[in-house]
Amino acid sequence: MSALLKVTGLSTLICGGPLPVRAVDGVSFDIAAGETFALVGESGCGKSMTALSIMRLLPEAGEIAGGTVELAGENLLALPESRMRDVRGRRVAMIFQEPGLSLNPVMTVGAQIAEAVTRHTALTGAAVEARVLELLDAVRMPDARRRMTEYPFQMSGGMKQRVMIAIALACDPDLLIADEPTTALDVTVQAQVLELLRELQRSRGMAMLLITHDLGVVAQMAQRVAVMYAGEIIETAPVDLFFAGPAHPYSRKLFESLPDRAGRGKTLAAIRGTVPALTRQFTGCRFAERCDSALAHCADTIPQWGAVREGQRAKCHLYGSDERGVMSDERGEASAERGVMNDERTSPRETAVRSSLITHHSSLLQVEDLQVHFPIRKGLLQRVTGQVKAVDGVSLEIAPCRTLGLVGESGCGKTTVGKGLLRLVAPTGGRVLFDGTDLLTLKRSALRGRRRHAQIIFQDPYASLNPRVRIGDALEEGMLALGVGATAEERATRIDALLAEVGLAAEVKGRYPHEFSGGQRQRIAIARALSVEPQLIVCDEPTSALDVSVQAQILNLLKRLQRSKGLAYLFISHNMAVVEYMADEVAVMYLGRIVERGTVAEVLRNPRHPYTQALLSAVPVADPQAARPVIRVAGDLPSPLNPPQGCHFHPRCGAALPQCATQFPDEKTFSASHATRCHLYDRA
Amino acid sequence: MMPFIVEWLWSDALVWLLVVAAIGFALYTRRHPHLRAPWARVARSASGMAAATVLAAFVLVGLMDSLHYRAALPQQGGKTAYATEVRSLLDRVLEPLRLTREKTYSAPLATHLYAKETVQLQDGTEARVFPRLRHGGAHLKDPQADWCLDVAMKAFRGLTFGLLLWFVVAIGICAAVARGRDAGIEMVWRDAWAGRTEVPWRAVFCALGLLCILIGPVAALAPYYHVLGTDKVGQDVLYQALKSIRTGLVIGTLATLVMLPFALVLGLMAGYFKGWVDDLIQYLYTTLSSIPGVLLIAAAVLMMQVYIENHAELFPTTEIRADVRLLALCVILGVTSWTGLCRLLRGEALKLREMEYIQAAHAFGVSHWRVMMRHITPNVMHIVMIALVMDFSGLVLAEAVLSYVGVGVDPSMISFGTMINSARLEMAREPMVWWSLAAAFVFMLTLVLAANLFADAVRDAFDPRLIVGGRS
Repeated sequence: MSALLKVTGLSTLICGGPLPVRAVDGVSFDIAAGETFALVGESGCGKSMTALSIMRLLPEAGEIAGGTVELAGENLLALPESRMRDVRGRRVAMIFQEPGLSLNPVMTVGAQIAEAVTRHTALTGAAVEARVLELLDAVRMPDARRRMTEYPFQMSGGMKQRVMIAIALACDPDLLIADEPTTALDVTVQAQVLELLRELQRSRGMAMLLITHDLGVVAQMAQRVAVMYAGEIIETAPVDLFFAGPAHPYSRKLFESLPDRAGRGKTLAAIRGTVPALTRQFTGCRFAERCDSALAHCADTIPQWGAVREGQRAKCHLYGSDERGVMSDERGEASAERGVMNDERTSPRETAVRSSLITHHSSLLQVEDLQVHFPIRKGLLQRVTGQVKAVDGVSLEIAPCRTLGLVGESGCGKTTVGKGLLRLVAPTGGRVLFDGTDLLTLKRSALRGRRRHAQIIFQDPYASLNPRVRIGDALEEGMLALGVGATAEERATRIDALLAEVGLAAEVKGRYPHEFSGGQRQRIAIARALSVEPQLIVCDEPTSALDVSVQAQILNLLKRLQRSKGLAYLFISHNMAVVEYMADEVAVMYLGRIVERGTVAEVLRNPRHPYTQALLSAVPVADPQAARPVIRVAGDLPSPLNPPQGCHFHPRCGAALPQCATQFPDEKTFSASHATRCHLYDRA
Repeated sequence: MMPFIVEWLWSDALVWLLVVAAIGFALYTRRHPHLRAPWARVARSASGMAAATVLAAFVLVGLMDSLHYRAALPQQGGKTAYATEVRSLLDRVLEPLRLTREKTYSAPLATHLYAKETVQLQDGTEARVFPRLRHGGAHLKDPQADWCLDVAMKAFRGLTFGLLLWFVVAIGICAAVARGRDAGIEMVWRDAWAGRTEVPWRAVFCALGLLCILIGPVAALAPYYHVLGTDKVGQDVLYQALKSIRTGLVIGTLATLVMLPFALVLGLMAGYFKGWVDDLIQYLYTTLSSIPGVLLIAAAVLMMQVYIENHAELFPTTEIRADVRLLALCVILGVTSWTGLCRLLRGEALKLREMEYIQAAHAFGVSHWRVMMRHITPNVMHIVMIALVMDFSGLVLAEAVLSYVGVGVDPSMISFGTMINSARLEMAREPMVWWSLAAAFVFMLTLVLAANLFADAVRDAFDPRLIVGGRS
């Protein structure tokens, strides 16, 4: 097997701060022609920097310190910049994570594709246009001839990513580097784009370097995989072997920290500590400090590559020689098992709290027909010309100490539901009954007294804390505003207790948010919400900005707090696996309406609505052998400004009936808890 | 009896209030690491620190000129009477310059007038000659022969004193740094010159050295000559230039101070409340910014002038009258120049109000007022700081233009604008009188350039986009 791309000992330094950061530290791998090679790792591990080093597109402060990058035998790092420009786009092409930022907003997409074509080929005039059309057809752009003359703002995220792929394919490159190509897209669109990439790669015999943090995407796409940690590759393996048995303790932990339904009652395995700073010189294994199966010499001896199985290698002292490898492999499993058992014990008191609350039957929060419409104003006099119906008649019910998962794609209005019921955005209609009082009719002053019962945790841990306010003051703010804790000492003791509860030391009170990592900030945000002793917390995608291992820590924390304090959660997420792990009941939202609701088992194991079915089948599963019926949804989410008549989903639905286009279906119930709104079940 | 009584002009009171506020802010900043960090970055910028040194010299002159008093007159009977003239500490220091009036123009360092006069000679005949100056070079017996050597000697002596002063101040700074670092003075001195200190003391020493080299000879020559010549009525131009500094500084700082509350309150309210509040404030500032500023200022200043003339009893001395007019100018400049910053702050507040920490505060039922004070204001302070220092130099220049046009400060008040205005006609004279304009130009250029360089350093230090690795 001759390698198309051969990277040997690649090292990249970033010299922005006082000490250079070794973003990529001696990375070696090779990719054969026509092969898909996946580079997996958490944020900050250097996977994007590796790709940019190969393309020689590093930021200004970046510098390639050593190693070679050979493309079909030619060292790219030695080429002069003028020759390198011929390589980029012609032989190696790249697509990026954010399609909205990679296209020029003032050029038509046709012109942008044509630019790539004319730069690298001798085509001119009508031939270029024909080629652009051919490329847009190749990426299955609907109505390609019209789309050619459109600007990026007229397109959805998925279509923009298709345009990016078309530009990348313009000159039939030998290698395509895809840096998180679907991370910014919704699952149904992600499934379309992934399928497209797979097909194009197969038909053109193109090699692909896929960079991702999502093990599910790897399982679907790649033939070989490499795991990166702290700037170096720590394990490489063929995909089936990797998913059958990851060798490196870090890879194993990554799998264990993935939430799923099987692990519902259990605590997720989280990796303790944080990624070491890449400014320092390593003398031992980079993972040693966080590793459960670390040996005595892990901390002071740098591990070498050890073979695990045929084709699978890991940089770990556990695999120094073959027979020891197997032995320690088992030991590792055992310790992981033990970890799970340790975490699972629940104190009798917590159980008592939980059971006492479960017997309390009436619902804590009842949302009836909630509507949030945003007026669209136009013209000189700002007259209202239309309504964006972000939330259009949503009804929910949450019992004390239970979790309701609210799932849906971006733009379906799920966040607006969360904010609307706390009146952070003004609802247009409906009722929100909290303990029997309608929150929507209360005056601002009367509402203030109720504020302490319901709180919210946000998605972006970097935006949810004021950078100018110290942690202690941030936690005290709510208590001051709502009169929790009469004296300063009382509040100070409460702050200490809250910080301890979310796993932070009391000393952090005096520090500012910028000193904390994303996971720590999210803990602080949770502590802030808890400071006024709420009964309900709206969790608005609390883990979607975090890495899997940190996500596991936060999910564990939320579960523990629910048990000990009897909290109810409205858990808003687009991540099915997280909802499956966290929630008791699930509601699926599409374009401002709930299309299906029921218990987790009912909705996620036995989905009735075609949208739920499609959504579930589009989620990539971290198992290459998983054979599932694939339901593809065509197109993108329509604009809530102008939703389709009748059932909102009918233009994308494979099973649409004639009445779907005219009439919004009534609710059909299958059991006491399971209900859907779909005409398919009209006769039943 | 007291030899003088302190006279607080309104602008003095405000200037010193500002100084107290600045010291208070500095002390507050010292105790808060997140506020201290950007200032520490300013202190690490070589050009910024050199500019700050020059600015400090200007501010020193301006502050000396902001301590006014009325001297006691020679006693007549039992009662102590005080002079009606209000003098400042700077006037006292520059007494030799202020009192040595010539008849009319004289060139820098000249010994004779610049205009011929008919004088009666001893033999009774009349002749047109350049007469000797009353003060400039009056100590010379034979100006033709002695002038050159005398000037050189005095300049050299001054230079020596200047360098000595520079050395003493530099060693003083080193000693202060050494005390803070617990190291020897000599070592700090060597580190500073090698550029190894965190604060670029080398740049500060260089700027200070340049200042001392200039000030030394000028100070040595000033008692004997008119270093920058005299103007039409024989007043020393150096004295005028030094007096202009205060006017420039007062306009630059007080006008910003007037503008700030408008910009901050209205801008944040517009961005935070949106809706009709935003509409109202936007209409207000678009209307205001579409009226030509000069027109508005001219109208206001003329109205003020009429008011002062009709109520002469309220303003007993000319100094008070000029001072009130200066303040009025500051106010009107401030009122017309808040729109730019207001627009910036509105945009920033629009962005910040959607931040999740603001939403979290709303979820706690925190009041609007508190959200604005605690969450929004601290997060726009970097913009305010940048705008303040950048506007300063613009306002100093605006004063010069307005005084030139005749709607600026009181004609009796010395400022760069009035200097340029009176020098306007002299440029057309033959032979040309260039020194008034040149002096005003050089002083104003130095002040504005230093302010701009310092503003650049501040902007670089406060602009979050330019800070590498802000998120770690």
